Parts: sequence; structure tokens; C-alpha cells
Amino acid sequence: MTTALVRRPGLARLRLSRNRTGRPWLYLLCLGFLAVVVLLALLAPWLSPHDPNAVDLGNALAGPSASHPLGVDGSGRDTASRLITGARTSLLGPLGVVVFSTVVGVVVGVTAGWRGGWLDSLLSRTTELVFAFPGLLLAILIVSIYGEGLIAPVVALGVAYLPYVSRLTRSLVLAERKRPYVEAYRVQGHSGLQICLRHVLPNIAPVVLAQSTINFGYALIDLAGLSFLGLGVPALTPDWGRMVFDGESAIQSGYPLSAILPCAAIVLTVVAFNVVGERWADQVARRDR
Amino acid sequence: MTFTRFALRRLAEMAATLLAASFLIFGAMYLAPGNPASFLLSGRSASPAAYQAINDQYHLNDPFWQQYLRWLGQVLHGDFGRSIEYRTPVSTLIGARLPSTLLLVGLALVLVVAVGLALGWIGAVRGGATDGAILVGTTFAVGTPSFVAAVLLQGLFSVELGWFPSGGSGSGFGSMLWHLTLPALALALYLIGMLARVTRSAMLEAMGHEHVTVARSRGVTERQVIHRHVFRNTLGTVLTMGGLIVSTLLICTVLVETAFSVDGIGQLLDLSTTTKDFPVVQAISLIIVGIFMLVNFVVDLLLPLVDPRVALGARGATG
Repeated sequence: MTTALVRRPGLARLRLSRNRTGRPWLYLLCLGFLAVVVLLALLAPWLSPHDPNAVDLGNALAGPSASHPLGVDGSGRDTASRLITGARTSLLGPLGVVVFSTVVGVVVGVTAGWRGGWLDSLLSRTTELVFAFPGLLLAILIVSIYGEGLIAPVVALGVAYLPYVSRLTRSLVLAERKRPYVEAYRVQGHSGLQICLRHVLPNIAPVVLAQSTINFGYALIDLAGLSFLGLGVPALTPDWGRMVFDGESAIQSGYPLSAILPCAAIVLTVVAFNVVGERWADQVARRDR
Repeated sequence: MTFTRFALRRLAEMAATLLAASFLIFGAMYLAPGNPASFLLSGRSASPAAYQAINDQYHLNDPFWQQYLRWLGQVLHGDFGRSIEYRTPVSTLIGARLPSTLLLVGLALVLVVAVGLALGWIGAVRGGATDGAILVGTTFAVGTPSFVAAVLLQGLFSVELGWFPSGGSGSGFGSMLWHLTLPALALALYLIGMLARVTRSAMLEAMGHEHVTVARSRGVTERQVIHRHVFRNTLGTVLTMGGLIVSTLLICTVLVETAFSVDGIGQLLDLSTTTKDFPVVQAISLIIVGIFMLVNFVVDLLLPLVDPRVALGARGATG
């Protein structure tokens, strides 16, 4: 089974997996890290020690102390609270992108792969077109029309990520369609829709899920970038990308801590999503061999 | 299919996709709530005279198709209309900022190709601890957004160590090169990691092929085997990433140029998005999309030359 996505790293390395010795500790570490981040985001109002938006200019850029364990930023806001509360918007946006692109992408991909014909060629034409727009460009284009916010960029990125899912699903469905069990069900009189939903979809789900996990990391990068530009979430909402932007002026006056922490949060979360997604893809590849 | 016919077909396909993209970029204006005139003027003086001027410039009273075709005709002549914010032709605005961006993207591209290929090669050939280190390094490189890299590099090399300027683009070639070194590094980091991983896995796959074993058993030196039989086989895979690399570089300049206040096209795109200067956004989007398609077209033409096994036009099947 070759399900390579050459234009994006990710599942392209499926075939490599037999050369790699598994590193379960790294995978478990990443999974644990993600669990912690998700928990922090869910329990943010109870866990954050201060109001993330409480400004205290007299205390600006102070280092770590007992009441502010991770220090404060250029406006005297508690970094720990902003990181914890910021995890909410920073995860919710990518979640929207991934859910949208996965659901629509699977529907489009399965329909195109199963039916073929004009629908299939229409899909590949549209895919070519969407590929030409990098996700960030599409998001900026939409923001320039609808103004700043979270919804418009999430929809734009969802559309930009859709072809990656639909193309993968289509190729998986094409491979699956040729397998004998599909023919067997057909002979028994099951309808095409029934075979798709009950049997084909569960078979291809793990690969699609792995791709979507990797997409989550990319969506996080793109949305954080938008917030960094001031085009994403509203200015006062705590958000990791926004915190990097706020921290840039602090770094230039020699107080790097309030910028380094959100940077680390972004990088570690993206890396964790990539490692987990690739591990799942590896496992699927091994199962099929 | 002969090469010329293949090239012509790809050219026609590219033109069709570009036409559709330009239609999207132009039509996006009509997705805005309210009528296009008030959208284009949003937040600015809405005097009747200003409305009249914008109506005349965009011929907003004409049918949609005529507006689109007129705009397309002007774009094909290099005329992207007038900026609403700066009140100058968009093409002069972009032209003045082009050198910084071109140098930045060029520098980053050289870094990506040189370092990315080298790391992938070393990782695949050496194996062991070196490979492990490269794998960990590229894992983090791929997870680092360019603006994070920009802010961190700025903090380390210009604020802490003072080796490089923290912003601006300088004047004169030498000074520009010095000013753009850190931005180029920030821009290249993610793609270096990605290219290294793709190169590494493509080379490892090529090493497992029978022809490599045959070459080794014939007594060909290991150096020759890697050069001639392994690396040449991976060139095609690397080449197909060309379009993605260039378009990622172009769009990420928005983040990096904003972080380093480089007066290039990326910074202009950010500024015009914030000020809702839509003609400028349209022009830059069209340029980025156009360059992506052009690079992909060239890649499609080069692919059969680099790897003769690739049947003409078979990229869709292999990729």
C-alpha cells in the first residue's frame, strides 16, 4: 500500500518504518505531554493562579517569584496564567480546523474514490486549485475581507487542509475497493453505502486519523502565526502566538523569559502531535504488512 | 506522448488553474458583507467624492464579468490598480519592496537546499548516533514555526550576543546580506528539517533496491554507489517538493519580515491586511499563487529529464 503524501511530510515516510526501531518512551512522553496540555486547557479557570488579563505595570517584566512562578510579561500580566488560559484558544482553533477538514475531506474522498467518473476528476481539479494557495495565504485573504477573529481563519484553514485528507482518503478507498471482502459483501446484496459506512470506513480510519493528528500540529502553527501578526484572535485574548508577539519587545529590552515560554509551548505541542501522529501511521503500516 | 505535447498540455492546465485562482482572488471581494465600494473604502473617508472615485476606478457599476475581465486584462499588463492606503500604483509599491524579499527568499532557498540535502544525505549514509541526532534535530526543526525561530534567533544573536542587527534590511548589497542573515535562517529552519527528512527517507529507500546491491557486489566503491546509484534516484522525490518549498518560503516571509521589520512584500501583505488595502492583498496573493504554479510547471518539465523512468505526466500517480 503506497499512501504517500509527497507535498507534505507526514505519511510520506510510511514505507520507512521497517528500518526504524520503535522508541516507545518518546511516544509515551509526547502522549503524556499532550494529555497535560489538554488537561490544563480544560481546567484553565481553576488552575491559573491569577487573572490572565490583570495588568500590573509597576511589576512589568519581573522575573519568577513566589506569586508569579513563571514571571510576568511587559504589561505585568502573569505568564503562567496566560500560558494556561492561552492553551484553550491555541488548541480550540486547530481542533476546529482538523474536525472540519477531516469530516468534509472523508466525505469528499470516499465519494470520489467509490464513485469515480466526473466527480473524481472534479475533485482532482479543485485539489490542484486549493494546493496553489498555502493555508496561511488563504487565511490572510479571508481575514482581509471579514476582519480579525477566530472563526474566519479556522474555516479558511479547514478548506486549505481539506485536499490533504480527501486525497489520502480517495487513494485508500481505491485500494480498499479492490479487496475481496468488498466483492463478497456486494455479492451478498449489501448496498454500496452500507459497505462504505460499515466496512470500508473503519478500515481506513486509522490512517486518516494519523494524518489528521499531524495536521493538528500544522494548523496550530498557522493559527499561532496569524495571532502573531495580530490577525487571529482578538488582541486581549490570551493566546500563545499573541504572547510571542508581546514577548518580542520584551526580548529586545533583554527580558527573554516571557517570549521563550510561549515559544516552547508551541514547539513542544507541535512536536508532540507530530511524533504521536507518525507513530500511529507507523503502527498502521506495520499492521498491513 | 512527446515532450512538446506534454509541455503544452501542462501549460494549458496551469493557465486554467491560474485563471480559476485569479477568479477566486478577484471574486473574494464580493464575499464581503455590504457592497464592494464600502468594503474597499472600509474605515476611510466615505465622502460621495471618494465613492465616486472608487466606483470609477473599479467600474463597480458594470456587470461582474466585465469587471473581472477588465481587471484580468490590466493584471496581464502588470497593472494591479491603485493602493487605497498609499494612493500609489500597487505595482510601484511592490516593485520598491521586491529586492529585499527576493534576496531573503533566495538566501533561504540556498540554505534549505544546501543544508537540507546535506543533513538528509549524512543521516542516511552514516546511520547510528549521527542519524539519531539529525532525526531529533529535524523533528524539532519541523515543529518550529518561522516566527518562533525569528523571535528566538533575534533574542540570542542580536540582543544577547550582538552579532547581527535586530531588524531592518540595510542598504547596499553587503549590508543587506548582513541584515537578512538571521531572517533567512528563521525562514529556512522548518524547510531544512522537512527536506532533510524527505531526502533521508528517499535515500534509505533507494539503498534497499537491488541495483544498489548489484553495484556493490560488482566492486563499485561505496562513494560511487551513493553518488550515482542512490542519490540520483532520490533527486526526483526532492524535485517534486520544489513548488511546496518555494510557496512556503514566500508566504512565511510575512511572519519573518514582520518579526525583523524587513521592508519587503511580506511585511506589505501584513500591513495591507490590517489596513484592509484590498488591491495590494489581491496583487500579492496572485503573485504568490502564480510563482507556486510556475515552479510546479518547471518541476514537471524537469522531472522526466532527471529521472527517465518517470513516464511523462505520471507525477499524479506517483505523488
